[in-house]
Amino acid sequence: MPETQQKHGEIIISVENLEHSYKDFKAVDGISFSVKKGEIFSFLGPNGAGKSTAINILITLLAKQKGTASVAGFDVTRDPQKVRESIGIVFQDITLDRDMTVWEILEFHGRLYNMPFEQRRKRIEELLNLVELAAKRDERTKHLSGGMKRRLEIARGLMTRPKVLFLDEPTIGLDPQTRLRMWEYIKGVNSEGTTIFLTTHYMDEADQLSDRISIIDHGRIVISGKPWELKNTLGRDLIYLETNNNEAAVRFLKDLPSIRNMKVKSKGFVLMVNEDGSKVLPLIIDTLRNAGIEISTINLKKPSMDDVFVFYTGREIRDEGHAKTSFRRAGGR
Amino acid sequence: MPYGFTTIYWRDMIRFVRFKTLLVSSLLQPALWLAFFGIAMSSSFDKLITGLPVVPGVHMIGYLTFMGAGIIAMTTLFTSLFGGIVILFDKNWGLMREILASPMNRNHIIFGIGLSGVTKSFIQAIIIMVFGILIGAAFFSGFTAVQTVVGVFGILAFVGMFALGFLFLSAAIAISMESPEGLQGVITLLTMPIFFASNALYPIDSFPAFLKILSVYNPMTLLITGIRYFAIGPDFIALGKHYQYTQSDILMAYFGLVVFATLTFGLAYWRFRKAVVT
Repeated sequence: MPETQQKHGEIIISVENLEHSYKDFKAVDGISFSVKKGEIFSFLGPNGAGKSTAINILITLLAKQKGTASVAGFDVTRDPQKVRESIGIVFQDITLDRDMTVWEILEFHGRLYNMPFEQRRKRIEELLNLVELAAKRDERTKHLSGGMKRRLEIARGLMTRPKVLFLDEPTIGLDPQTRLRMWEYIKGVNSEGTTIFLTTHYMDEADQLSDRISIIDHGRIVISGKPWELKNTLGRDLIYLETNNNEAAVRFLKDLPSIRNMKVKSKGFVLMVNEDGSKVLPLIIDTLRNAGIEISTINLKKPSMDDVFVFYTGREIRDEGHAKTSFRRAGGR
Repeated sequence: MPYGFTTIYWRDMIRFVRFKTLLVSSLLQPALWLAFFGIAMSSSFDKLITGLPVVPGVHMIGYLTFMGAGIIAMTTLFTSLFGGIVILFDKNWGLMREILASPMNRNHIIFGIGLSGVTKSFIQAIIIMVFGILIGAAFFSGFTAVQTVVGVFGILAFVGMFALGFLFLSAAIAISMESPEGLQGVITLLTMPIFFASNALYPIDSFPAFLKILSVYNPMTLLITGIRYFAIGPDFIALGKHYQYTQSDILMAYFGLVVFATLTFGLAYWRFRKAVVT
């Protein structure tokens, strides 16, 4: 992939052994990673995994405690000013003044970053068209829908043509259709050269959008890689089985050559296989039948990001944070 | 970035004119104070002081004129102490993050809020002066046109410096607090002694020694001294007391306000450096 290589050369975010504690709770526990220029890079993890703490350090809102971190070539502690000039941010919660108009939100932001008058006016027009809010320019933000607010925030994040755009849970609380459109915008922005650093707890979002993902849990990076690489670590296919004697079944199957790993679940177990699962199935069925074990359920599928996550963190993602947020938003309207 | 504070100022003024009820009430409130409290008090006070000795040749003023200066000061105090509350709202609603993550120097937030608070106080002071004259306060009476203009600018200079001092204080408190209720509590606690341990409504000469010392150095007293000098004159009698101000008294009072504003700016500067908003 020569095109990808050219696109992903230079390192734009570099983090080493970053640690951050709140009193005796270690929110970020020694993470290291780097993001290349032009990439979409994701932090995938449950709420409370340390994603927001890490992002707050990178965007200079939180002072670094241990380790090193640099963004766009500038150290976040030594040169916070330069970092701030180089980045755009879309925060996790909606951060729009309810009583300012769409146009004023962008104008205010441009002025905060000291953009010259002409450039500001021109950029606002471009962005309003990009996020399809030109017709809403004089509308106060409290009258916008959730999706429009998010689009406006993305436009604001892009106002200063940042080298890196940070998106903290960009589609939290949005309906599925709006999420898909948000993904299109994010991809569009990226294709014009902006590096994107994204945090999410949605598996599909990380999978669909990212060039590379780091799965983060309890303040640590559990594994990093391209989405397909992560899925491939679980093998080519996953086979789920329920039998009348799971323990014995696992014992008989674990030495089959094509089986790379297995994982016991509450009612059954999962086999990760190295080959085409449909070719391995007859062998598995024969083996169990010969051992006198009865199969009650059998299921074959490709590994998904959810499977990757469960495998590396040992649990399903907790989604109560999302439910809470959407409840709060709905109530606030 | 030398003009960053104008951005903060611009936004705060948008909010000021956009919240119509807030706008109208903040303009109406000082006039109502003057109308009800002023007229009620002056009608009884002026009756009480008739018969007190008169110094020949010295201009004697009614209570409405005397306390009118106090009402300008009181309004400025309230407006300024509450001026920082927008910072707390921005903090709680996440809006402060956008500003703190931008390259703008944090001092500009303090100056921007200061400037918009001063603007509001100027508007209110002018309304009180005009309304006061309409209902019979003898502001600028016997002044020439030039003296009146100087008087108005003198009052605004005092009001502006005093407002800055309390706006900086308010900003420092607001950035350090978590809840609007807490902020309201602290501000209410502050306004009481500042307002009543001053010469706003009565002379401070007959205060007990301790209260008198507090009152003499109270920025509120300094402000009111300045306003009376520029609105009434250097030599007058009110509530049976003969007031005489020299130019150096007035300069010292102004200097006191500058010192106060410098100190509160220092406090705000420190609190903003310390502030972590995520």
